[in-house]
Amino acid sequence: MLFLAELAINGGLVGLMYALVATGIVLIYKSSGVVNLAQGAFVMAGGYFAWLFVGRWQLPVPVGVLLAGGAMGLLGWITERFALRRMIGQPLIMILMLTLALEVVLRGTFPPVFGVDTKPIGSAAVQAPIWWGDILINRTYLVGGVTAVAVVVLLSLFFRSRPGIAMRAVSDDHLAAWAVGIPVERVVAFSWAASGSVAAVTGLLWGSVQGVDWSLSLLLIKALAVAVLGGLDSLAGVVLAGLFVGIAENVVSGYLDPVVGGGTKTVVTAAVIFFTILFRPYGLFGREVIERI
Amino acid sequence: MFYRECGVRHTNYVSDRAIASIPFERWLLGVLLAAAVLAPLYISDLFLVSYLTPWLLWSAAALGLNLLMGLAGQIHLGYAAIMAVGAYASIHMARAGVPFGLAVVGGGLLAAVIGSLFGLPAMRVRGLYLAMSTLALQFIVDWTLVQVPAISGGAQATLVAPRPSILGLSLVSDEARYYVALALAVATGLFLVNVRRTDLGRTLVALREKDYAAAVIGINVFYYKSLAFAVSSFIGGVSGSLLAFMYYRAVTPEQFGLNVSIMMVAMVIIGGLGSVIGSFFGAGFVLLAPIILERLLRAGAAALSLSIPHSALAHIPLIIYGGLIVLFLLGEPLGLAKVYDNMRNYLRIWPFGYTRK
Repeated sequence: MLFLAELAINGGLVGLMYALVATGIVLIYKSSGVVNLAQGAFVMAGGYFAWLFVGRWQLPVPVGVLLAGGAMGLLGWITERFALRRMIGQPLIMILMLTLALEVVLRGTFPPVFGVDTKPIGSAAVQAPIWWGDILINRTYLVGGVTAVAVVVLLSLFFRSRPGIAMRAVSDDHLAAWAVGIPVERVVAFSWAASGSVAAVTGLLWGSVQGVDWSLSLLLIKALAVAVLGGLDSLAGVVLAGLFVGIAENVVSGYLDPVVGGGTKTVVTAAVIFFTILFRPYGLFGREVIERI
Repeated sequence: MFYRECGVRHTNYVSDRAIASIPFERWLLGVLLAAAVLAPLYISDLFLVSYLTPWLLWSAAALGLNLLMGLAGQIHLGYAAIMAVGAYASIHMARAGVPFGLAVVGGGLLAAVIGSLFGLPAMRVRGLYLAMSTLALQFIVDWTLVQVPAISGGAQATLVAPRPSILGLSLVSDEARYYVALALAVATGLFLVNVRRTDLGRTLVALREKDYAAAVIGINVFYYKSLAFAVSSFIGGVSGSLLAFMYYRAVTPEQFGLNVSIMMVAMVIIGGLGSVIGSFFGAGFVLLAPIILERLLRAGAAALSLSIPHSALAHIPLIIYGGLIVLFLLGEPLGLAKVYDNMRNYLRIWPFGYTRK
């Protein structure tokens, strides 16, 4: 019972950190209708930038986060402006392939430029776990989970401001947004930049969990599971789905891994994606797309 | 002057509907086929084994995926898992004593069955969600192959393929392997060129355009989508098993991971969706371009006396591979088939290009 609670709590916190990666995917999908399969690579890139500013140059964390967020925002903006904008109107598979290829390019460029060895962020001494009664809670996960919730709350508040309402309008209907004078191209570019900045924060958090190297880009599949389950265009769904995916993954693998021999985490993630799409394709809170002849 | 179409008259429907109606193209096809059959005589063994054989095998696999993605319009990000099923099944069958040919076909059939399962989400969703569900299934199949010792032969084991032979003829030599690969590629190519002229092909095209409209005019969407997945997976399973027998000569789980699935989609898209010759071009491009460009880069760096650190050198093929795909998608989204088409259209009316505006 205690084991289950420990698995569930830590899993939930990790799930919130997955939800942070998924937030980037949701931001981009909401405004431009593209699933950014390079989001994992964005997180990796953000992690490398965060390591550079916070770890290598020893800048204070808020300054480092701002700089990394700015750098990644620039990367996101450049990606949208020069790669995605030319693919407007092309079949979906081309756009998906473009993001996949971008992921490969980022995964190939960042490690050699920054150094292929795994970079630590933060010192190992601060990693003492927190005890809640008899349950062990990973301190880094706790910080990560709280930050994830804070970022989602900040984004929800942003969506109530004037630029946020413009973004919501663009995510609803491009043509109608143009008709009322909203600069759709700029809003889409901004959403890509915002997603990049969120990826920078995520990269910092995940980098402090497992060190910054190419394997951060593997977070994509977890983020996809969270985004699909929650609804590709729902920010509230991302949090709930993140909790669910994190808890399910940790609990199932905690009990099944000794029996089966390992690797059940990926299966749980894949099963979540598969069964969600089979039974409720638009996720828990996603908006249903109705096609007409 | 080259593709002379004047004087080509058809007097019956058969010749009118022929695939290559221009005599020059028929001649070209014949020369190409003869060159391919006589290849072991004038191409070095190394080139045959390392470049031609895998190129033909991957082209056959790309053709199978092109049937599904180009003709039927279903996105499939888990094709390598299907190939893995075919490879593992046929190798297990061959090790159990089943003759080589039957083992390969059996692998293909099992791959077809499992491939139809991949197509189950296609009944409910299309496009993006279908891509993600096939991605999820790729992970599940990957995990099953690794974790179930009966399939993988123990943790991280490599299953060696038994020596293949057909009707007593041993297929172990390099030339024999090349001919098997050539036979597969030609057979799949012929199938794909003809399928669009059949009932099945037209149905798949209708499904690709708008599947609910196809349902309205009476096409059984469930049956035909499953059929598309099954046929494409059969081709994938057969190519996977022949890859395992003829090229890799062993099978490990890493050979058919997610990155291979993405490479296959890249081959199909760079080649051109729905184009047979595009699949050959795309497979060759994705296989060879990173190698050639990396060699050029190294030679260039050596010529300029620049020393690139080893860690960077290992990543250069990855950057080239991704970069080429990005450049292709941005520059020529219709793929190498369109480039070929442009060249062919130019040559068709050469030197009277000024007549066309």
